[in-house]
Amino acid sequence: MPTSKIVYQKSAGLTDVPLTYCPGCTHGIIHKLVAQSLEELGLLERSIGISSVGCSALNYDFFSCDMVQVAHGRAPAVATGIKRVRDNAILFTYQGDGDLASIGIAEAIHAAHRSENITIIFVNNAIYGMTGGQMAPTTLIGQKTTTSPDGRDAKETGLPLKISEMMATIPGATYVERVSVHNPQHVNKAKKALKKAFDIQDKKQGFSLIEFVSTCPVNWGMTPKDAVDWAVEHMIPYYPLGVYKDRTKEEQAND
Amino acid sequence: MAKVLMKGNEAMALAAIKAGCEAFYGYPITPQNELPEYMSKHMHENDRVFVQSESEVAAINMVYGAAAAGARVLTSSSSPGIALKQEGISYIAGSELPAVIINVMRGGPGLGGIQPSQGDYKQITRGGGNGDYYLYSLAPESLQEAVDLIKESFDIADYFRNPVMIAVDGLIGQMMEPVDFDHDVPKWTLEPKTWAADGNRSNGREKNIVNSLYLDPLVLEQHNLKLKAKYDEMKRDHQRYEMINMDKAEVVICAFGSTSRIARTSVEILKENGIECGIIRPITIFPFPTKAFEEIPQKVQDILVVEMNTGQMVDDVRLADQFRHNVHFYGRVGGVVPEAEEIVEQVMNIVGGAK
Ligand SMILES: Cc1ncc(C[n+]2csc(CCOP(=O)(O)OP(=O)(O)O)c2C)c(N)n1
Ligand code: SF4
Repeated sequence: MPTSKIVYQKSAGLTDVPLTYCPGCTHGIIHKLVAQSLEELGLLERSIGISSVGCSALNYDFFSCDMVQVAHGRAPAVATGIKRVRDNAILFTYQGDGDLASIGIAEAIHAAHRSENITIIFVNNAIYGMTGGQMAPTTLIGQKTTTSPDGRDAKETGLPLKISEMMATIPGATYVERVSVHNPQHVNKAKKALKKAFDIQDKKQGFSLIEFVSTCPVNWGMTPKDAVDWAVEHMIPYYPLGVYKDRTKEEQAND
Repeated sequence: MAKVLMKGNEAMALAAIKAGCEAFYGYPITPQNELPEYMSKHMHENDRVFVQSESEVAAINMVYGAAAAGARVLTSSSSPGIALKQEGISYIAGSELPAVIINVMRGGPGLGGIQPSQGDYKQITRGGGNGDYYLYSLAPESLQEAVDLIKESFDIADYFRNPVMIAVDGLIGQMMEPVDFDHDVPKWTLEPKTWAADGNRSNGREKNIVNSLYLDPLVLEQHNLKLKAKYDEMKRDHQRYEMINMDKAEVVICAFGSTSRIARTSVEILKENGIECGIIRPITIFPFPTKAFEEIPQKVQDILVVEMNTGQMVDDVRLADQFRHNVHFYGRVGGVVPEAEEIVEQVMNIVGGAK
């Protein structure tokens, strides 16, 4: 009798609801990584996800754990409110760059500052996706959006905000890493980062943020393939990948 | 427990702790600072949660989170802070979550001042944030009543799965009065919070979603109608008010909170001058106590509305009264508290002088 072995299947961290993302959008890969990480760490039953405002607003239907849908930018405050009363739960927010870097920057900074024991998943696609492609604080110089039609001009709108670099300067932040999902090797690295962040939270070691360099093929006006290439060519040089802060290492060094 | 002499803001904080409040999230603003200050000490002592947030916006969203996880949660603020909290309050109402919010009102608009006011009447009774929703809003006139209502308010919030606002003014926050914390208050019949997203699925329950997003208009319409049914129930069965000295009254004063307390003194002075005056005191300002106006005796022709604002409750009185009486208004604003004699003079003018 032929024996068969399952070599790949959908993560139990995801429901069967079809994703609403555009074809080629990396939100889908990032969802899979979050779901797999929680599942593999055995944390799904205890997890509470915060869906924010943006293309991922509907992800309360996609993740198969408790979910709370919240106002634009406020996810870290809501996560704080929950974590303080349910400290055994694993809290993750899932926020775009418009949500976190613009309207919700205060909530993100102060959650890190208090070293709230939560994990922020920050998806940086350098644009507001859901509202049709407006400029974000992370939009690159020269990048055309519907509200920077001639390309972003630093004189008028400032230089793109580097969230991981900035969050790493906050004393309370425990772990900050920027990752990308443009090829399988980086997908694996990104998952390692996520698992490390959730593990830090499970050990009650404080605040973690994983920034994903992501794409928005539709609002960038590109094919999925060109969008990934553009991210590698233009975004990663400005938003270099790597660990920006790891206080668990510092603590070990001080032991 | 015997009566204890306490400052208003602290007594309200203690009342919440006694009601089983598990978490307090707030941001400083005068004239309610003693409330979070009291919480910062006593919540931790009782193994509960206190967080001073970075803003009112964050505070109310923390409240939203704790409520979503099934906790009994409180925030307090004053007028400009409540304005900032409106975003989160709309989400709390939209997601049908229970929470208690204390508003110790001060003068406005804008930064206004820090003296007592009732200038948030419309902000409180019209929902305040975006969309179709209301708060169950209680306006106590004394510290004892504030304490009793706060103790009950956590049950009310849980029962309706809706935010409850305790609307007081700076006078009640700052005054000292003897209070008995052991008054029995009504206990509401409550369902277990099986809907809470508390990250505890070890018993194998399905995932829970807390949400106010409904992209399908027909589904959102059903949600809005469900909320409406809840507000209709509040209006039908849960109006609260007090009628004072009504049987002999020739004129009726309508006033809530500190103002009704001052009106009580005016009624005594008027009595000495041979004028019988009644008081309708709304205890709920949402739902507005329309039923009280059906009980006004035949011979009354005039209602005097007294408030510490420019007449924000007058519209509600006219509608509740269905234009049966002449409705007059007297108010002081800017943080000025009306004196009993000023109200006496207004009533005298209405009835045409002393008899
Ligand atoms: C208070 C408020 N302001 C504005 C909006 C409209 N809005 C919806 S999504 C969005 C931008 C989201 O962009 P981003 O966070 O980058 O996520 P993406 O859609 O790119 O994944 C905005 C401004 C809103 N829902 N609420
Ligand atoms: S609009 Fe952009 S970010 Fe949103 S789903 Fe489509 S491709 Fe992804």
